[in-house]
Amino acid sequence: MRAFSYDRPDSVDAALRGVAGQPGTTTEAAVKFVAGGTNLLDLMKADVMRPERLVDISRLGLDRIEDTDDGGLRLGALARNADTAYDARVQARYPMLSKAILAGASAQLRNMATNGGNLLQRTRCYYFYDTGTPCNKREPGTGCGALTGVNRIHAILGASDSCIAVHPSDMCVALAALDAVVRVSGPKGERTIPFADFHRLPGDTPHIDSSLAADELITAIDLPVQGFADHSTYLKVRDRASYAFALVSVAAALKMDGQTIRTARLALGGVAHKPWRDPAAEAELTGKPASLETFREAARVLLRDAKGQSHNAFKIGLAERAIVRALAEAAGVEHS
Amino acid sequence: MIAKPTIPAPLDRPGSQIGKPVSRVDGRLKVTGGAKYAAEFNTPGLAHGYIVSSAIARGRILAIDTAKALALPGVLQVFTHENRPSLPWFDRKWKDDDAPKGSPFRPLYDATIHHALQPIALVVAESFELARYAARLIHVTYEADEHQTDLRAAKADAFTPGKDKGGFQPPPKPRGDADRALAEAEVSVDLNFSQAVEHHNPMEMHASTVIYHTDGSLTVHDKTQGPINTQTYVCNVFDLSKDSVRVISPFVGGAFGSGLRPQHQLFMAVLAATALKRSVRVELTRPQMFSFGHRPETLQRVALGAKRDGTLTAVIHEAVQETSQTENYVEVVVNWSGQQYKCDNVRLDYKLARMDTHTPLDQRAPGAAIGVPALEIAMDELAAKLGMDPLELRLKNYTEVDPNTGKPFSSKELRACFQQGAERFGWHKRSHAPRSMREGRQLVGWGMATGVWDAMQGQAVASAKLGIDGTLTVGSATADIGPGTYTAMTQIAADILGLPIEKVSFQLGDTNLPMAPLQGGSWTVSSVGSAVKAVCDRLRDKLAGLAAGLNDGPLKGLKADDLTFADGFLIAKSDPSWRLSITEVMRANDLLVLEDEARSVPYYKSQMKHALGTHSAIFAEVRVDEDLGTVQVTRVVSAVAAGRIINPKTARSQILGAVVWGIGMALEEESMIDQRLGRFMNHDFGEYHIPVNADVHDIDVIFVEEHDDIVNPLGAKGVGEIGIVGVPAAIANAIHHATGKRLCDLPITLDKILEA
Repeated sequence: MRAFSYDRPDSVDAALRGVAGQPGTTTEAAVKFVAGGTNLLDLMKADVMRPERLVDISRLGLDRIEDTDDGGLRLGALARNADTAYDARVQARYPMLSKAILAGASAQLRNMATNGGNLLQRTRCYYFYDTGTPCNKREPGTGCGALTGVNRIHAILGASDSCIAVHPSDMCVALAALDAVVRVSGPKGERTIPFADFHRLPGDTPHIDSSLAADELITAIDLPVQGFADHSTYLKVRDRASYAFALVSVAAALKMDGQTIRTARLALGGVAHKPWRDPAAEAELTGKPASLETFREAARVLLRDAKGQSHNAFKIGLAERAIVRALAEAAGVEHS
Repeated sequence: MIAKPTIPAPLDRPGSQIGKPVSRVDGRLKVTGGAKYAAEFNTPGLAHGYIVSSAIARGRILAIDTAKALALPGVLQVFTHENRPSLPWFDRKWKDDDAPKGSPFRPLYDATIHHALQPIALVVAESFELARYAARLIHVTYEADEHQTDLRAAKADAFTPGKDKGGFQPPPKPRGDADRALAEAEVSVDLNFSQAVEHHNPMEMHASTVIYHTDGSLTVHDKTQGPINTQTYVCNVFDLSKDSVRVISPFVGGAFGSGLRPQHQLFMAVLAATALKRSVRVELTRPQMFSFGHRPETLQRVALGAKRDGTLTAVIHEAVQETSQTENYVEVVVNWSGQQYKCDNVRLDYKLARMDTHTPLDQRAPGAAIGVPALEIAMDELAAKLGMDPLELRLKNYTEVDPNTGKPFSSKELRACFQQGAERFGWHKRSHAPRSMREGRQLVGWGMATGVWDAMQGQAVASAKLGIDGTLTVGSATADIGPGTYTAMTQIAADILGLPIEKVSFQLGDTNLPMAPLQGGSWTVSSVGSAVKAVCDRLRDKLAGLAAGLNDGPLKGLKADDLTFADGFLIAKSDPSWRLSITEVMRANDLLVLEDEARSVPYYKSQMKHALGTHSAIFAEVRVDEDLGTVQVTRVVSAVAAGRIINPKTARSQILGAVVWGIGMALEEESMIDQRLGRFMNHDFGEYHIPVNADVHDIDVIFVEEHDDIVNPLGAKGVGEIGIVGVPAAIANAIHHATGKRLCDLPITLDKILEA
């Protein structure tokens, strides 16, 4: 492991001073925040990430979960994933989020991992982790190993010739469906980032995961008042029953009026470089009767540009089935 | 013979330790951290090595630039093929007890790259993290050659190996005319199978800690299934005398075959320790655990012909397996198909194809875990075509003799396994049509299969030392990779001398102890257990003689057969009030200790006349999600016939673990290779999937009663392998029953179910 220096500030201001003046995005930064460390430390041991300095933010007190004035809920960036998933308000008002968090990782990892860190976890692409192979995300310009290699777990939507990696988070898929807002502190004060704008597609700069600047700190994630508690679910399809990343996952949330869908949210995990939402697919559902036919049509719209690689084409059909299953479960429609 | 659903009876006496579910005698040490594994031995001044792995799969190293690494303060040396000390030239110096025919891999020998992730340099530094960092600074220039890692392409040049490895038997000659019988069969099936590469992946990574003593002698703590194998290898490769190399490996955190051959971290650690004259530890990382032996990728064809009534008329089983360019790794894949069922027309064929991978390596039930499931899936398909109960089909073709050799089995209670397993599972309630058992969106399937493994025995020696206080220490240089060898041996010794378990201790994993063979193939109880029995029998006879010689004693003139040994006493069978304690006998003879050593040798003469094997019947229930293709194995019953069970608790644990692995083999485990890079890519526990707790539901283990006087003096066959053998087939067959889809490419991941 490369030698690095380490600070543990006790205030947000002090933490921000630690990263002040860094250009670019947080993915590229030489000074990095560390909280649970469940991903960053592994990547440092593997020499995939090489920060010169770690700023430990675990003592900043950003670990509370609080009601907001507009009736929503604010998840502290440093609240643990497990504490968030088991929070009574989250369970009651945002059950889809709770379910998504608990579908991820293992109990031990969820006990350590924080909400802010969950947003910033890196892909699990084999090539990204193996420094003996090419990877544009790890070493820009070396090529994408997965494109011609083992790509069973890779993207079917929004990929580029530079990168077909997927974002590994479950929590973020639910947050995307909920239209969560990421609260950020930086040198110019606070700002908010709509969840859809937080992560990015690879394009020809796959080494950048998110729009978070290198001198900014996530302080909280705001959940809007609408939690879709009555009609939502999170469905994760994977190669084993626990401790595996999603081949396909679906966060499905509906607002129903009788059997008619008034509002629909649909986000997919395991299929793209970011949690995948598609307004056209959601529009396809809106105003329609909740039926398998409606769900299938929405799935087809969402997957209209899906493209399989040599090993992962099955994900397209699987995603369609998973979307239909999740929507049926959210709507309470008998699936037969 | 109808066996009762009980644990087999103890050797001869009530109150016997053999057959008791004794908890592990080393359990406390293991759960408190008192058990030391190879990477946990420390000494002042210990240096740490980190291995640099090749980025290419075949070619040559043109240059290794180590300057940046060596410039770091605290880096002691970087060993490469360019600066290594002189090493032996002859292959025989590199051979170990499990080496197949060919040239064993020689780390750092020259510039040649034979396979991806090949170790090409060792950095030694004052700390592990420094060594790991320095390894990143080493720049290697390669000249890459084209490699072949695709078995489907390589099999065009497949060849038939000879008797290229100890324990391997080439397939028997064909019986009858199987191809013609298949063509003329009233009903036939013809299936092609593939089995993915699996890596052993024991929890404990391979590690060696080499303690360097000032006189140049070494104490080696190695992860090994045989300390003597490690010692021999180190002495041969580094030209050291046996007196100067002691191997001490008291605990091994799983191995499953990966410790049968010395792995390269041992070479590296000894190299560094002898060159630097310092104690050195080298431990592999999890990704590096994918850099050596593995269960080989295998392609198979099984074709069966039968009459309408289910009588088998043709069995054809062909297999092609990968091996390396330098060694002929072989295992028994197809022979089982000539042994399992009565059939007059049998053709078995086994071939190897060379690839640019590391030589494969025995992995739990090598060969059988791949070949038997192929046969058993084909049998299930045949039953489906015949519209017959798969269990009926097996009983219809049951054999009491081994058709490959014509020899009777020394014992074979497979019928009892079928009967008791089926009863426990509720098999008679199965509706045989596929897709006929459903719960909502879940398709329910019930499948069954048969398992088989050899019952082998090797020579072994054990020593025993009885103190006047009635404490007994027994020892043999075997290993305990997890099955519970410490416990089983303790029980055998305690039983024979009639001592409480607490008075007996067993020592292993030390080359200063008497010879034992490698721990593998389910033969440790049979081999070492027989030696323990032999040495304890001798102590027993000695004690009896000493007691009989006491003229004023109550046991005067009695022989060992006239006595019972219990609770530390010698007791006359004719009148239990006539007794002497061990302490009394020894004191009266002025003895403080009584020592002996004994070698056990298989009953070659009677064993030659018989087929020796363990058998099992496995019943599995799956729930398959019709939309998503996900599979849950909700129930497994494994009924095992393995002779006398020394310890039903640890034996059950072995079967449980093997069933879990069988679930992994059927559904999850696969080392995925990037053909362009020739490299395994999913080399960590996040992406190399083994079953997690949530994948494992009810597993029920039955040991049927089986009496065997031929297999060894204990009548115990060993259960290390048998638990896994039929499991993948039972699950694949259950998936067929659930879905109507016949899947023959393992692991059966959800995409295969959806696309079938």
